[in-house]
Amino acid sequence: MDITSATASPPPAPGAGPSPARQQGRAATRAGDRVFLALSRGSGILLLVIMAAIAVFLTVRAANALSQDHGNFFTAFEWNANANPPVFGIAVLAFGTIVSSLIAMAIAVPVAIGIALFITHYAPRKLATPLSYVIDLLAAVPSIVYGLWGALFLVPHLGGLYSWFNDYLGWTGILAYHDGAARSLFTIGILLAIMILPIVTSVSREVFRQAPRMHEEAALALGATRWEVIRLSVLPFGRSGVISASMLGLGRALGETMAVATVLSPSFTISTSLLDPGGGTFAQNIASSFKESGELGKDALIASGLVLFVLTLLVNGAARMIIARRKEYSA
Amino acid sequence: MSGVTMDRTPVAGSGAPQPSYSLRQPRLPRWTPAALAAAAVAAGTGIGLGAGLSSHMQWGLIAALLYVAAMYVLATRVEGRRQAKDRLATSLVWVCFVLAVVPLVSLVWETISRGVKVLDVDFLTHSMGGVLTIRPGGGVYHAIIGTLEQVGIATAIAAPLGLLTAIYLVEYGRGRLAKAVTFFVDVMTGIPSIVAGLFILSFWIIMLDNGYSGFAGSMALAILMVPVVVRSTEEMLKLVPNELREASLALGVPKWRTILKVVLPTAIGGIATGVMLAVARIAGETAPIVLLVFGSQVINNNPFDGAQSSLPYYIYEQWAAGNEASYDRAWAAALVLIAFVMILNLVARGIARWKAPQSSR
Repeated sequence: MDITSATASPPPAPGAGPSPARQQGRAATRAGDRVFLALSRGSGILLLVIMAAIAVFLTVRAANALSQDHGNFFTAFEWNANANPPVFGIAVLAFGTIVSSLIAMAIAVPVAIGIALFITHYAPRKLATPLSYVIDLLAAVPSIVYGLWGALFLVPHLGGLYSWFNDYLGWTGILAYHDGAARSLFTIGILLAIMILPIVTSVSREVFRQAPRMHEEAALALGATRWEVIRLSVLPFGRSGVISASMLGLGRALGETMAVATVLSPSFTISTSLLDPGGGTFAQNIASSFKESGELGKDALIASGLVLFVLTLLVNGAARMIIARRKEYSA
Repeated sequence: MSGVTMDRTPVAGSGAPQPSYSLRQPRLPRWTPAALAAAAVAAGTGIGLGAGLSSHMQWGLIAALLYVAAMYVLATRVEGRRQAKDRLATSLVWVCFVLAVVPLVSLVWETISRGVKVLDVDFLTHSMGGVLTIRPGGGVYHAIIGTLEQVGIATAIAAPLGLLTAIYLVEYGRGRLAKAVTFFVDVMTGIPSIVAGLFILSFWIIMLDNGYSGFAGSMALAILMVPVVVRSTEEMLKLVPNELREASLALGVPKWRTILKVVLPTAIGGIATGVMLAVARIAGETAPIVLLVFGSQVINNNPFDGAQSSLPYYIYEQWAAGNEASYDRAWAAALVLIAFVMILNLVARGIARWKAPQSSR
């Protein structure tokens, strides 16, 4: 690391990285080095190439699809790439994706903060370590298993709860529920919340753990209760970490495919009620309608995938930027 | 501390000259939360039964609400406002904990209890070839073969690539290229699996005109795996003390041999853990398989030619078939998949713990 640049006898050449002059000077011993550097730098570059290729290929296919679309890609409430003329639009998918992810966030983030606090500040130590293991294992359960559980266990059990909501809150319109299986956007939201819980929890847990011990002890010494300690010293310290953790969770929720594809009963309509079945998400639509799609249909799905790709890039990029800025402050 | 109150006013009749102040606040006895929780659960069950609510979730929600409210009211009356807030926060945090544990327990319980129904040696050693989906019978052998081959190829691509990238970032990386790689590795971590599948679809199947195959799926899985491997390996390499590198370089060992013989062996436990966790993550991916491997009912041992199946895809397929026999098979396959992933996880964590003292200090 530093030692290599210190041993270089000639004055360092301008520009970053090991200077080529130095390597030529000791070609005999450094041949292996050059191969190794080329290999490792090459794989780094390969990663960048893959990322660029993903963007380029998706864009090319998407452009092909858009040029043949006879509806408005952003506002059409239809997905008929096989029809003549082909009409497809992402309005319903965008609505479903964003709404279900937001429901998931609204449920998962408070619960995740609660669990993170439980592990770091409340739980007896004997319970805290196994619990963080369990939460990590929750992250390892494959999404298709969540989907199976959601479709065959969660959905039948939610019907009663939904009619209860309908009785007391049905007048809002948003929480109205008519009979039928509870394969709706709200159910998706609950399922996604369970699925993103582990990642939000584990990131927030790490942040809460780093809260300065001195602040906490000072607050305790002043007679603060445990909640006041948390409110005064832990939460302000952890705020940006929690925000970025939730954005990472949001990124996961946006792109989740199989759990949504198994649970949701899709339709190309936007209904005001979140509890009634219907709607769709980008990823779910790709997985469910792939096998019936022809050449153009696949391109149309790729176009919707590109939108999803850009959406997750934005969300994840924002999360990473918040984390990076926080590092500068705390370093 | 306005909450500190005089415990009892001096008893009038005792004639003691000095009133006895207590600095202790009145506190609820230690067993209050547990007792209250039990009472709330009982009340929730009672209300649920009485009102004829069909969903057990409602019972649970009512019990949780009752518990939080009762705890708050009780603490306000006995202990004062500040303590009551503290109690409120504590009970909310406990409720969150229960909320998180309930789905996990239910998921594991459902999978095990429904999965063992058809899980036996026959199930593990037979394919679905010639089996009608509405009839019981058949098995997951072809899916296990598919998963092992696809995940194996993906690991063979992703592990060296990720390892080398991490070495570049830690040992050589400086300047704009390293920054870009770091940033895009982070971004890649967030790529939805279906997008990785679409990329391979447009590149390998539509443009290069190859057929559906296990290998196409492996490439998509590799894209998902690389960033995970890079991240974990990077963390491990950073833990290797610089003194080791300096000692080796000072003895005149070339840098590449230093990395291969000193740095990597020191960090190998952590690296292995990271790779295994990444394998566990991609083993359950379904979306790219749906797009690229296409699924099959029969055994196909060749991942480079023709459609294959895989465990997660098999679950999806059996779920989609939508009858009792296929649901049973789906649960059994889910049990196999979870067992596979959990064993990988536990072994990985075991390696991490076993190797930890040497690599971190």
